[in-house]
Amino acid sequence: MAKRAMTVDDSKTMRDMVAFTLRGAGFEVAQAEDGKQALTLLASTQVDVLITDLNMPVMDGVTLIRALRADPKWRALPILMLTTESDANKKAEGRSAGATGWLVKPFNPEKLIEVVNRVCG
Amino acid sequence: MSGNVFDHLKSTYFQECSELLDQVYTHLTALDDGDSDPDTVHGIFRGIHSIKGGGGAFGFDRMVAFAHVFETLLDLLRDGKVVLNKDLLGLLLRATDALSDLIAAERTGVPAAAGFETAVRAELDEAASLPSAPTPSAPVRSVAAQPASGQPGLYRIQLQPHETLFKNASEPLLLMRELRRLGPITVVADLARLPGLDALDPESAYIGWTIELTTDASAARIEEIFEFVNDQCDLTITPAGVSAVPELEPEPEEAAPTPVASAVAVATTKPDSPDARRAEQPAAAQTVRVDVEKVDRLVNLVGELVINQAMLVQLGATLPSDMCPGLITGLETLSQHLRELQEGVMAIRTQPVKSVFSRMPRLVRELSSQLGKEAKLFISGEGTEIDKTVIEQLADPLTHLLRNAIDHGIEQPSDRVAQGKPAQGRIHLAAEHRSGRIVIEVSDDGRGIDRARVLARARTRGLVEPDAQPSEEEIDNLIFLPGFSTAETVSNISGRGVGMDVVRRNIQALGGRVTVQARQGAGSRFLLSLPLTLAILDGMIVAVGRESYIVPLTNIVESLRPRRQDINAVVGSGDVVAIRGEYVPLLYLAKHFGVPDAVTDASHGIVVVVENEGTGQVGLVVDELLGQQQVVVKSLEANYGEVEGIGGATILGNGRVALILDIAGLRSASAPGRASRGETRRNSNGHAVAALQ
Amino acid sequence: MHDSHPSPGGARPASHVSAVTPPTVQFITFMLGEGQYGVDIMAVREIKGWSETTAIPNAPRFINGVINLRGIIVPIMDLRARFGMESTAPTRMSVVIIINTGARTTGLLVDAVSDIISIAPDAIRPIPDMGAGARENLLGGLVALNERMVSLVSLEFLMSAEMAGTA
Repeated sequence: MAKRAMTVDDSKTMRDMVAFTLRGAGFEVAQAEDGKQALTLLASTQVDVLITDLNMPVMDGVTLIRALRADPKWRALPILMLTTESDANKKAEGRSAGATGWLVKPFNPEKLIEVVNRVCG
Repeated sequence: MSGNVFDHLKSTYFQECSELLDQVYTHLTALDDGDSDPDTVHGIFRGIHSIKGGGGAFGFDRMVAFAHVFETLLDLLRDGKVVLNKDLLGLLLRATDALSDLIAAERTGVPAAAGFETAVRAELDEAASLPSAPTPSAPVRSVAAQPASGQPGLYRIQLQPHETLFKNASEPLLLMRELRRLGPITVVADLARLPGLDALDPESAYIGWTIELTTDASAARIEEIFEFVNDQCDLTITPAGVSAVPELEPEPEEAAPTPVASAVAVATTKPDSPDARRAEQPAAAQTVRVDVEKVDRLVNLVGELVINQAMLVQLGATLPSDMCPGLITGLETLSQHLRELQEGVMAIRTQPVKSVFSRMPRLVRELSSQLGKEAKLFISGEGTEIDKTVIEQLADPLTHLLRNAIDHGIEQPSDRVAQGKPAQGRIHLAAEHRSGRIVIEVSDDGRGIDRARVLARARTRGLVEPDAQPSEEEIDNLIFLPGFSTAETVSNISGRGVGMDVVRRNIQALGGRVTVQARQGAGSRFLLSLPLTLAILDGMIVAVGRESYIVPLTNIVESLRPRRQDINAVVGSGDVVAIRGEYVPLLYLAKHFGVPDAVTDASHGIVVVVENEGTGQVGLVVDELLGQQQVVVKSLEANYGEVEGIGGATILGNGRVALILDIAGLRSASAPGRASRGETRRNSNGHAVAALQ
Repeated sequence: MHDSHPSPGGARPASHVSAVTPPTVQFITFMLGEGQYGVDIMAVREIKGWSETTAIPNAPRFINGVINLRGIIVPIMDLRARFGMESTAPTRMSVVIIINTGARTTGLLVDAVSDIISIAPDAIRPIPDMGAGARENLLGGLVALNERMVSLVSLEFLMSAEMAGTA
């Protein structure tokens, strides 16, 4: 059965890039525009890995990570942050909130696949 | 860079940039109006941040470098480390303008002038000048010096996770797998820290491992595997020299998954109750993005349905009325549903006019500063929805009108103050629906129209009869005539009399009208009236010989069958018909289009009086009226070309093509004094054809 | 490899077996009166029967009119007239070959369609110089087929003529 990923980002371009890359690696990819949408979708969908931006309206990445880790269902979900170099603080916050790993934007597609495989097999 | 892989997403990116920039401008305007909501600044930051993020993926280095400096300032702004004031706001506006240009340069492939953004960038740097944030210290780990890579080396890896490792959903098993991809490994577990069952926390990590890995990968590559966990464990990677293959090779699956790890896994990966597979998507999003092509296909299909339905109605009409009564009522119901479907589909194609309006404030800013005027643009009704096809064509005429307002309308600040007006001129751009059409207004509080000068100029140019006494409104609308300009100095912005008549032509090409009302000294008001959509037309089908033509309903004034005595010949011009004391020139469509076997005596046919934008009325002579119908406009140009007097084609209920008349084109084609076409040749249809070159 | 298409005039001697089969070009052949013509099959979109056209005012003599082809408006070119001969009087038996050239779709009115032929490109002979008075080259070449001459229509010359009515 194919693995499922979810990409959370308010930029459609970024979501499309992640989706395109991961589909090429055999993943099914769901998309959400912000943390709140992601949580709503996750209430009825299984995912094997979540890739999230940190700066989003409505609910940002760090808040999303905290919400996920507080839920037993998602406590062991591999979560990757997509960060930029100006995001050092947020990245640290996300890390302590429970993010599994991170990737710097703009990302190299091979690296994304490698990192995704590393955190979710 | 990954640019090649993602090239197909470039257009998505540029579209997104355009939306993001719109939002940024909206936020900046809000700030200008005194909005103090912190979310506004956050929104601006996120917009620039997203633009930068995407741009990097495509290698738009110049734009990204600029965006980075911009983003840095915005970051400080949102953290409250820099205070917002009027000057800073002006800088943010100019920075957004510059960024927009840099993006456009990437989109069009035409690079921006060298150094054009340097000044703004320097200002941004200055505004953001704070000591740079200290770089976060690198995590401490110990890695001994490694042997040269490329040689198979043996590494000893000690991995002792801290108890909190699982809080980040890190999975040691996966790390082992990845290590094994580099080469054969042996793993020995270290249970020293494992407490008794009563003290065991299933979500804490206790077990450590010693891993021996034989690989020709470099130590750096091995470190990379641990990059996410190395601050949550004690990790040492020690090369142990070139070695033989280790004797034992137990499968990592046997050693690694400890009772603790698998317990955690079971506890957290069991899927939820049946709700986990609910069919319907939660209504999280309120909008759906659809490709334009998909919408256009839908519109075409619905158009075909309309034609099919018309065909069915026609066929149904040939049946005896009692033969299948249900059929007729069924067709009527179908017709109603189709109309609703059509309206629904056309509504999908509409877009708020905002997408065109949003560029205008910047235009006004730039023109004002270029011309030394002060003007502010106020916009209302930007949510008004217009068909996409119309919106795209609005940009040019609107730009012209705004230029005209700033260049000729708004006076110099000193002049304005002398008149008791505020130094800053007001320009208002508004859109609204009015009786089935879109009305767009561009008004200013400038000097209005100098009617005496306009009339004098028109007389000099022979555009008005010497003894004619046009009304005030008629004088105002003289400015739309070609070749008209009262500017004493031809400014290189508005150009020489090119503006207004081009605007009128553009609007007319959309099936619209433009008029002006002015109050001398107090301002001008331009009104554009446009149809809701270009793709569907309400038309009157007329018969000329064996051909059918469509006359757009908006052009029709009236139709009548004239009496013989009302038709008179005017020497050198043609026939006219007298209608309530006025003489309307006649255009015999049969003769104009070379249609054989048609009615030649207007009193035996019908005269359809049409008009187009103040160019006067003309009576089209046709054989008969066949009925009114909504038709789908199909392009003639796609496969054939332009034909003067014809503005497209449609497919009637009988499947045949009917040409749609372009009234403006007919008028100019029929103007007296045009060179005759030479000998009339006819093709196999009996139709007159052009002489071969 | 077994050579399955009819041997074109000027073909290589049958004893010559080439190691690599040269690429062939396919044409649809049609009749205009007694003459046989061919058009590149790659440009042909479909072949349909004659249906009445809607005349375009002031069109060139060789444009018969336009038809509705499943929702798009397609002009019909009277090939006979285009070649400078008299206009065709279309009948129920006439055929329209719908071709795509670049972004445009056009219909060619012909008398009948004959066959699909495969020709080796080097079997195509150039149009001989007809001297003064020769018309613009609407043909791209000649080929001999079973001792008959097939004139290959040059689509690009055909379409380069003024299509729109004179303004």
